[in-house]
Amino acid sequence: MTEDMSQYPLQLEGDNIPMVRFQNVRKSYGALTVLDNLNLDIDMGEMVTIIGPSGSGKTTVLRMLMTLETINGGVIYVDGEPLTHMEKNGVLVPASPAHIRRIRSKIGMCFQHFNLFPHMTALQNCIEGPVQVLGMPRKKAEARSLELLDMVGMADKRDQYPSRLSGGQQQRVAIARALAMRPKVMLFDEVTSALDPEVIGEVTNVIRKLVDAHSLTMLMVTHQMGFAKDISDRVCFFFNGAIEEQAAPSELFENPQRERTQQFLNAVLEAN
Amino acid sequence: MQWRWEWTWELLPRFLDATGKTLMAAGGGYAIAVVLGLVLVLAQRTPFRPLTVVVRELVEFIRSTPLLLQVFFVFYVGPQFGINLSPWTSGLIAIGLHYGAYLSEVYRGGIESVPKGQWEAATAINMSTVQTYRRLIIPQALPPAISGMGNYLVGIFKDTPMLSVIGVAELMHTANAVGAQSYRYLEPYTMVGILFLAISLPTAFFITRFEQWVRRKMGM
Repeated sequence: MTEDMSQYPLQLEGDNIPMVRFQNVRKSYGALTVLDNLNLDIDMGEMVTIIGPSGSGKTTVLRMLMTLETINGGVIYVDGEPLTHMEKNGVLVPASPAHIRRIRSKIGMCFQHFNLFPHMTALQNCIEGPVQVLGMPRKKAEARSLELLDMVGMADKRDQYPSRLSGGQQQRVAIARALAMRPKVMLFDEVTSALDPEVIGEVTNVIRKLVDAHSLTMLMVTHQMGFAKDISDRVCFFFNGAIEEQAAPSELFENPQRERTQQFLNAVLEAN
Repeated sequence: MQWRWEWTWELLPRFLDATGKTLMAAGGGYAIAVVLGLVLVLAQRTPFRPLTVVVRELVEFIRSTPLLLQVFFVFYVGPQFGINLSPWTSGLIAIGLHYGAYLSEVYRGGIESVPKGQWEAATAINMSTVQTYRRLIIPQALPPAISGMGNYLVGIFKDTPMLSVIGVAELMHTANAVGAQSYRYLEPYTMVGILFLAISLPTAFFITRFEQWVRRKMGM
């Protein structure tokens, strides 16, 4: 089934273009459809949280935006330009690796299992991208990375290898590493799920700081409902590969409209 | 039969000289194998399917046929197609090709031992594939590959006698020549064994220490 690509604009125009737009995005693995016709706009500076039962496709949304997964239909736009596609003879065609790299530079991501580079110290982890990818002079990259490590409270551990750091500490370094690339959009994929309960706070506090201090656009998948309620501008509840309900956190958590949302929230509340 | 010490000492310089040749053959062959193995493993990981299939089959073919046959093939069959190579060149090519195939499997194991999350983190900081291999994957694939690489270093060294059959004047070739002249084989072959042992054992020991050192250096 080929899609009519003429329905998609070559780029987004107007006064209020979203930082991220998913338009009719579809993702399947063979016969299994993971996401069906996803339409989602995220505004500049907005903090959007995705919640939902496992298998609802919420992590897939982040992974598609980071280009860790290819999409099977639709278009993803970042900062007004298509990410998954590029213009050729007036229509959108699948993007070349070079095009993807150019647009992808606006996106950063933190993972559930941190994925720090084990053969590099905390500081080396942070300067790797700026030096290798952005071509920044080492001294400058170090100075900037130290500021970021300081911001996440890890400056004193700069020369430690990841194996010597706790989970919470590793995740904070991973946040600094992602920020060192100066992304416009930050993705947090269950960044507290692999952490011991007593260190979750040190990571959520860093994310709170980011919400307060930066004009970053953020998209987060989390199981921490309290945290989601506190810091999100908007919460999306995913069910079966589609957005079942989305609203401001006060509304979605206090007064969910859909039955499935109520069931999910009740189940989560009971578990806690 | 009595061991003749005097004769042994007389032969020693010639055998030491041959040991040098053996080391050259092993070192040269290994240098080829180390680089070729990397080429073979990376070729199998390109998205270009025909290339990966051909290289995969080539590696399987080389690993499934005897080294001795490959040595003969390069040396004797080559000239029939107008490719005339000296014994040394033929020997190095054959042994380098053979061990390159084995080393590519060692590298493959090392590369596959690097967690998928490392590739994803590389994508997240927008690294190119080449940068990802050079900065992240190969450095992490190396420590687990060192012991396998070390085994094959000792292996290639012990296989250099195969080159004697096409006239490379290494240790085995020298011992054979001495034996044929004097009709005494005890001293020459014993010396060959001792010389091999004198190099293999410290090499194996050094490799183990090196592996530990690399792991420490990389914070693992």
